[in-house]
Amino acid sequence: MGVITDNWDLWVDATVGTLQIFFFGLIIALVLGFIVGAMRVSPIPIARWVGTAYVNLVRNTPLTLMFFVFAFAVPVVFEIRDLRLLGILAIGLYTATYVAETLRSGINTVPVGQAEAARAVGMSFTQVMGHIVLPQAARSVIPPMMSVIIAFLKNTTVAAGFSIMNLGSIRAYLSERGENAMVVLLWVALVFVVMVFALSGVQRYLEKKWRVAR
Amino acid sequence: MIPVIEVEHVNKHYGEFHALKDISLTVSKGEVVVVIGPSGSGKSTLCRTINRLETITDGEIRIDGNVLPKEGKGLAKLRADVGMVFQSFNLFAHKTILENVMIGPIQVKKIPKAEAAEDARRLLDRVGVGHQADKYPAQLSGGQQQRVAIARALAMKPKALLFDEPTSALDPEMINEVLDVMIELAKEGMTMVVVTHEMGFARKAADRVVFMADGEIVEESTPDEFFTNPQTSRAQDFLSKLITN
Repeated sequence: MGVITDNWDLWVDATVGTLQIFFFGLIIALVLGFIVGAMRVSPIPIARWVGTAYVNLVRNTPLTLMFFVFAFAVPVVFEIRDLRLLGILAIGLYTATYVAETLRSGINTVPVGQAEAARAVGMSFTQVMGHIVLPQAARSVIPPMMSVIIAFLKNTTVAAGFSIMNLGSIRAYLSERGENAMVVLLWVALVFVVMVFALSGVQRYLEKKWRVAR
Repeated sequence: MIPVIEVEHVNKHYGEFHALKDISLTVSKGEVVVVIGPSGSGKSTLCRTINRLETITDGEIRIDGNVLPKEGKGLAKLRADVGMVFQSFNLFAHKTILENVMIGPIQVKKIPKAEAAEDARRLLDRVGVGHQADKYPAQLSGGQQQRVAIARALAMKPKALLFDEPTSALDPEMINEVLDVMIELAKEGMTMVVVTHEMGFARKAADRVVFMADGEIVEESTPDEFFTNPQTSRAQDFLSKLITN
């Protein structure tokens, strides 16, 4: 326990750092992911094309490369110097592609007749999506989407390589203070296990709440 | 006679397959047109092109004198005027029966919620499922679901109703409860295009029977004339294979 209590300040900083990247990155990933996912099934060819291009370009790129681009190229072009913000943008934009594809697979599970009936009533594309397709897609999408979110939570540790304080970088700091690296890493693993358990709880709750009878 | 639906020289291809061949059909206000024919004759495709759930290769379709646009707001507006009842009901699975009927008027016609609910309850009573209003579609029988689907279409106060094989997915004992509602609508003067295999309905409620085969309209006449004295060999052949009822 000494590893924790003697270095409380670092553990708090690291956990807050991880949660910051997670929450703000998640917002970007979900909002952008929904937009891109909708673009990929839209009736407008140019929207489909842009959506597909974005997913194929970003999803096919290693996450570390995304971080490199945001740490070194983006500041030159956009005048953003805050490393934490850049990290959040990198991982948010990266995860959005996974969110979009997971969402699209969910959209494909909704029977086509549902959208046809909505269109026949006179609804616009956004209404069909917002009122009929997405609410039903959300239900079947919860388990795979939660996997994406859990993978994302663990991916936040990559930010450690870019001097952004989080649970991925705490080992280096604590080694400097003379703590045993193996013990530190076990504690880091435990913190992640607890956080992922919490996410699984959210998943069970949402699955139960949004169950749909067919 | 005021034409509500005008289909003029419409062709439809699925790749090489010529699904609709130079189809022309006019449905006047208050008219009930029943489309029959063997499977694969294009009758469902024709029904679905009328509100552009299927695109067409060429030709023109007009609703109430307005050419059906290809996409966008104009198309949605015309679709709101043409109700559609599907073979597989297609009730919104995540909405209650009442919400299924209300959602169109609220979202598309921007009618206040209270008014839409009142309308919806009246329509559900009319098709005999008023007491099921708070259930979900999966909790209802097929016949009940299809009657809700009719109520949902009626809620938009459409100028015409399209029925795409409305009883084909139903158990035999539920067919009549749906047909009764449709006969009632026909009597009240609703303009209807009905794709069906129910010859009894055609006899009872149709003003005109359109017989399709291989993507063409082969014969068009009154139900009496068609069932007792079919002119073409295709129609004679088709009718001879039916169990008469």
